[in-house]
Amino acid sequence: MSHSQSAVPNSSQDVHSPALLHHFATEEQQRDASSLGMWIFLGTEVMFFGGLFCAYLIYRLLYFGDFAAASRSIDAALGGTNTAVLICSSLTVVLAIWGAQTRRRGVMLASLVLTMLFGLVFLGIKGKEYKDKFDEHHVPGASFSFEHEEVPGHPGQYANPRHAQIFFALYFIMTGLHALHMVVGLVIFTWLLWAAWKGRFTPEYHTPLEIGGLYWHFVDIVWIYLFPLLYLIDRH
Amino acid sequence: MSDHSKSSPLATYFSVWGALLLGTFLTYKAAQLDLGAFNAAVALIIATTKALLVALFFMHLKGAHEKLLKLVVASTIFFLLILLALSMADYGTRFFPTSHLWS
Repeated sequence: MSHSQSAVPNSSQDVHSPALLHHFATEEQQRDASSLGMWIFLGTEVMFFGGLFCAYLIYRLLYFGDFAAASRSIDAALGGTNTAVLICSSLTVVLAIWGAQTRRRGVMLASLVLTMLFGLVFLGIKGKEYKDKFDEHHVPGASFSFEHEEVPGHPGQYANPRHAQIFFALYFIMTGLHALHMVVGLVIFTWLLWAAWKGRFTPEYHTPLEIGGLYWHFVDIVWIYLFPLLYLIDRH
Repeated sequence: MSDHSKSSPLATYFSVWGALLLGTFLTYKAAQLDLGAFNAAVALIIATTKALLVALFFMHLKGAHEKLLKLVVASTIFFLLILLALSMADYGTRFFPTSHLWS
């Protein structure tokens, strides 16, 4: 693919795509600029979540037994199902982009709808998980209770409720912040679905799908780390 | 963009999807084995492999030609490692007489 001819705009024969803004030389340059902007934003997001992962690591190192006992009280099957749901949603995101690239409108629209459905299923399962924690009084605060929970591998030794409360605080902040990102992702995908329905995306121009997809995949990657770290401490 | 008509990336996408589901299953199963201190290592290795698969194939880092983008990704990882490694170098050694790591 050569852009050498189109790199120099010619006012008389300039018949480029209507999606190409006039301050970019080529569509490729315009797409690269959008994508780079998204990657820089994701870099700031990595540092944002990184601080929380760092706090988690420090307290896990300090209170490992208490963290293991608290982690065991969470339903790992729900967390595992949610991991699978998010992985499927990442697949439908790339399928939507593939649909746009190959002019398959049905594939693109169906994949976008499926992505949003997977996102909603994820949030529904998360809601069930949170409800269980509220019922068990595992939410940090005045009604928090984590009495007589054995430390895994240490029969007769009970977890310190104050340390377990730190685990649950991190659990709610990290999964809550992740769920907030899912909600934002759903808003973005609602817009993408609307734009796709309107026929805005073509094989030449579908940058919003690509950068929206980058965001969605990033949220998936955060969950890929949250799942083993929060749900699977000392499960044997 | 020129290879759209020639080869379909669908096979790659579905293979990566299968590998990610397999990785999730392996994480779940590995957590139930008693590997001592290696439980955390195995979980993190599987998670990082999955994250790499998503970043390389779904986010198209593999085949990215723009140097600026590579610089952004590399510096993100670099600064994240500074954050985690230097914090752990401090907290991981600060409490060693009473830490469970040494008892």
